[in-house]
Amino acid sequence: MQSSSAVAGTAGAPPLPKLAHHFASLEVQNHAARLGMWLFLATEILLFAGLFVIYACYRFMFPEAFAEASRQLDLTMGTINTLVLITSSFTAAMAVHYAKEAKNKQVVVMFVLTILMAMGFLVIKYFEYAHKIHEGQLPGPHYTYPGIQLPGVAMYFTIYFLSTGLHAFHVIVGMIVLAWVTLKAMRNEFSYRNYTAVELGSMYWHLVDLVWIFLFPMLYLI
Amino acid sequence: MNELMNNILFLPERASTFAERVDNLHYFVIAVTMLSSLAVGTTAVYFFFRYRRRTPNQATEYVVPSVKTEFLFVSLPLVFFLTWFVIGFRDFVWVSTPPKDAMDVYVMGKQWMWKFSYPEGPNGVNVLHVPANRPVRLLITSRDVLHSFFVPSFRIKMDAVPGRYTQTWFEATKPGTYQILCTEYCGLSHSKMLGEVVVLSAEQWDAWVKEQRQGYLANRQDALADVSLVPHTARMAEQGQKVAAEVGCFKCHTVNGEPHIGPTFLGLYGKQETLQDGVSLRVDEAYITQSMMDPGAHLTAGFPNVMPTFQGKLTGPQTAAIVEYIKTLRTPDIRTGASSQGPVYEPIQ
Amino acid sequence: MSPSSSIAAEPGAVPVPDEHHDHHPNYLVDGTTLKSWLLTLDHKRIGVMYLIWVLLFFFIGGIYALIVRLELLTPGPTIIDAMTYNRAFTMHGVVMIFLFMIPAIPGAFGNFMLPLMLGAKDVAFPKLNLLSLYLLLTGAFIAIWGMINGGMDTGWTFYTPYSTHTTTTVAPILFGAFIIGFSSIATGLNFIVTTHTMRAPGITWFKMPLFVWAMYATACIQVLATPVLGLVLLLVVGEHLFHFGIFDPALGGDPVLFQHLFWFYSHPAVYIMVLPSFGVMSEVVATFSRKNIFGYRAVAFSSLGIAFVGFFAWGHHMFVSGQSTFNAGVFAVLTMLVGVFTAIKVFNWVGTVYKGAVDFKTPFAYFCGFLYFTVFGGMTGVAFATASLDVPWHDTYFVVAHFHFIMVGATIMAFMASLHYWFPKMFGKMYHEGWGLVSAALIILGFNATFIPQFLLGNAGMPRRYYEYPERFQALNVASTAGASLLAFGFLISAIYLTHALVFGRRAASNPWRSRGYEWMTESPPPTHNFVGPQPTYPEEPHFYVDPKKAEVPDAV
Repeated sequence: MQSSSAVAGTAGAPPLPKLAHHFASLEVQNHAARLGMWLFLATEILLFAGLFVIYACYRFMFPEAFAEASRQLDLTMGTINTLVLITSSFTAAMAVHYAKEAKNKQVVVMFVLTILMAMGFLVIKYFEYAHKIHEGQLPGPHYTYPGIQLPGVAMYFTIYFLSTGLHAFHVIVGMIVLAWVTLKAMRNEFSYRNYTAVELGSMYWHLVDLVWIFLFPMLYLI
Repeated sequence: MNELMNNILFLPERASTFAERVDNLHYFVIAVTMLSSLAVGTTAVYFFFRYRRRTPNQATEYVVPSVKTEFLFVSLPLVFFLTWFVIGFRDFVWVSTPPKDAMDVYVMGKQWMWKFSYPEGPNGVNVLHVPANRPVRLLITSRDVLHSFFVPSFRIKMDAVPGRYTQTWFEATKPGTYQILCTEYCGLSHSKMLGEVVVLSAEQWDAWVKEQRQGYLANRQDALADVSLVPHTARMAEQGQKVAAEVGCFKCHTVNGEPHIGPTFLGLYGKQETLQDGVSLRVDEAYITQSMMDPGAHLTAGFPNVMPTFQGKLTGPQTAAIVEYIKTLRTPDIRTGASSQGPVYEPIQ
Repeated sequence: MSPSSSIAAEPGAVPVPDEHHDHHPNYLVDGTTLKSWLLTLDHKRIGVMYLIWVLLFFFIGGIYALIVRLELLTPGPTIIDAMTYNRAFTMHGVVMIFLFMIPAIPGAFGNFMLPLMLGAKDVAFPKLNLLSLYLLLTGAFIAIWGMINGGMDTGWTFYTPYSTHTTTTVAPILFGAFIIGFSSIATGLNFIVTTHTMRAPGITWFKMPLFVWAMYATACIQVLATPVLGLVLLLVVGEHLFHFGIFDPALGGDPVLFQHLFWFYSHPAVYIMVLPSFGVMSEVVATFSRKNIFGYRAVAFSSLGIAFVGFFAWGHHMFVSGQSTFNAGVFAVLTMLVGVFTAIKVFNWVGTVYKGAVDFKTPFAYFCGFLYFTVFGGMTGVAFATASLDVPWHDTYFVVAHFHFIMVGATIMAFMASLHYWFPKMFGKMYHEGWGLVSAALIILGFNATFIPQFLLGNAGMPRRYYEYPERFQALNVASTAGASLLAFGFLISAIYLTHALVFGRRAASNPWRSRGYEWMTESPPPTHNFVGPQPTYPEEPHFYVDPKKAEVPDAV
């Protein structure tokens, strides 16, 4: 992504971002970067939309099994995860705020908090998965949980693992992206003239959070 | 006229009521297509000549279409397309809605053959017998992967989906033999998954049905489009009958349902039998074979232990052939013993 | 380089930029190391590299096609066995669609022309552009590796449950397609942002060349539809390897759900393949009729209309899959709308020639073929959409003929037209016009001879993907194979004289067609950054051929 790449500056005023030769002005460059990121987020939404459609179809075909299976999920852990992600979105948004004000140290703090919360999310997910593996609530032919004897229950867990797995993958990618932006903030690169990378990274993180906000009710609440 | 159109367009003969509807819409669409393309093409070619370039840097007029012109460009095709949609959709609904008095036939696609069965009648492989001028509903499913049941002369087609039933119907208009082709790629021998629909006139149909009901083995519809696809058992069963007669099975076992010295063969295979020691088991190939080799081991309740062993007297293939023969001796009502989970289909509204 | 004085002398022409090209080498010679090409950020070099690779993939797909057609010469086995044949038609589809048709016009010509047409110096994200090329190549190599290791036999549509149970090499080929999907998304994203943010001052939306409108609509489809295919590919690969059971009835899954998800992408995908060709044709017909396009806004909006309505028509691939009649009705009528948008374009293209000044050069010859194939391919599409006609035709050779009419007849004619139209722009050389017309004639004739028999085969009831067929279909099959040989010969001839022109061709003028399209307002080949100094201004709309001394122009529709 052609985001503005600033020259690494020393302590003091953050440097001017480099304007790529093919853009008419810095403003156009930043606008292009944002538009590009919005389009990319649209593709991610469509990717997950497919999984939601699959869930809807099978829920329609096996309503009792899905309702019963969803009750097997640990609602406490799921709620904690939701709160954790929402808070991490808040810290990511704060990072953008601080970047505009050239407070690069706070940007680092905010993003580090975001990454830590993401790690917490993954740890909780790990416990949830471990429990399911222990119970035999696994996808497809590996399903051995005897607790529910309804047709279609294995399908629920298949969809559960696929959606949360794909989401967790995006969480990890998001963490890597934010870590990279954090490194740039450590080099004091951001100011009101140049905070595009922070904004874009934060936008991606908001998407990751948004997907979970839809996944959580779909899997845990209904 | 229709003959001419059919020949130009390479359409197969029309042998169903749906075929007429399809072909009529086809002629309509093709006529309009040819005429309009001719009009557009002629106009274009005329323009190419009339407006050819005369000097290298020739300037041209800036032409802007009026709203009326663009409206015409939109509305003319739209009118035709919507007309065709109305006709086509009406016909599509018609072919998706079987009439109330349609006769049911179950079709099962399986790699790489078609199996047919009637609710109260015989089974068949690759050949479907139907009466002319009577609506027939097909309830289609698949045993393994997707297939599609297509009869060009009837112009009907419906996918065979594993795990559910799909339905379509047709009314054949003239007796004859019409080819069935599988139209959904299903693996290695997809192109060999051919079959036949044999349409019989009313009298021929009655005669055939009577024949089917009389005796099972002698009159099985074993006519097959491709003999190499026949499961070997069909001929094994005949052989088994011969061997059974030769070694004297019929001295103690009947084939008409009456218990004699031993249990009857009719309906034996698949039956839930109670043994002398109280155990209940399902009669399968293993049990029948064991009964021939070691009759006293698991004796059916209510019968004396007088059956001789045939170990050493029957070869392996002969034993298997007898098993296959016994398997063909089913009661007229094929639903007996079938699981309560019958096919899932909607009764005709 | 020859001077562009001919343009300057024309009434109403755009004046040539002041700086002399001697100090600004053209993009082909600016950097001659391999690294300067492999790591280039210049959209023009990336476009040329795309062109080379997609032509190679077209050749591979064509070899598979010839293998299929040779096998079909006799009703029984001819040159290969059944499993090889099943793999051959599958690979023909996979290579042609994913490795050629989807990337070809956007990757090669979209990349090259879009910035030039917008007065921009490059696309919005040049590094992403290079990445999308390498994603295409990575995915292609993985898929080709899969092909060499046996190839899959499911048909390019890889319907479940067969595709999840077959023992052929499904995983690498589908995973390769997955990677290529990212290339497609990246290209689309780049083009959308470029169109929104990088137009030169004065180029408003309704002053953009129609090729840009077409590419924009294509890019929207690429960005929105491809992720769903990505998901489906992942799920099928996963199911093949780990047996999840999402689409397998034996494990509770639904094979028809697969079809819905698959066609949700694959139907808009056909518009990814055909919309760019519509854009090219708008440019070609305007240039070679030396006239403004008839109904500019109608053509521009119809591109968007096709892209939009195309998302809601996927169910017409599933009329006989056991879906409800309500379903069928909705999808049938929406498909008709797409047909209307295409009809608008056809009428407007013919209307462009009215009062024009036609110069019948090779690109225009391809336009003629394109027009004829679009009309018939499109009308047969509408015929399918009536639902009742689809019942006997579905999955027969009628479908094969229909989509080849559009994909080869319309899109590849447009690809050939682009190649010839923009050859002097991209390479500064000119090909031999006589040979151009000869090969156009051979290709158009060969195409008809190949695919008209296939319409008739479909009418007669021959299903697709048949290795052996009943004898009565043989005559038409032989005719089709003969046509295919002629078609291949036509392509071979163009390959020869175009390669010859590349090496030995005479130097072309900057604007040999005397076109007023915006991309012709630079030198040919253009300098590395397209424009020296700030972005140019174009006082008139593209393809404005009016004599300025004449009366003033009425407002455009």
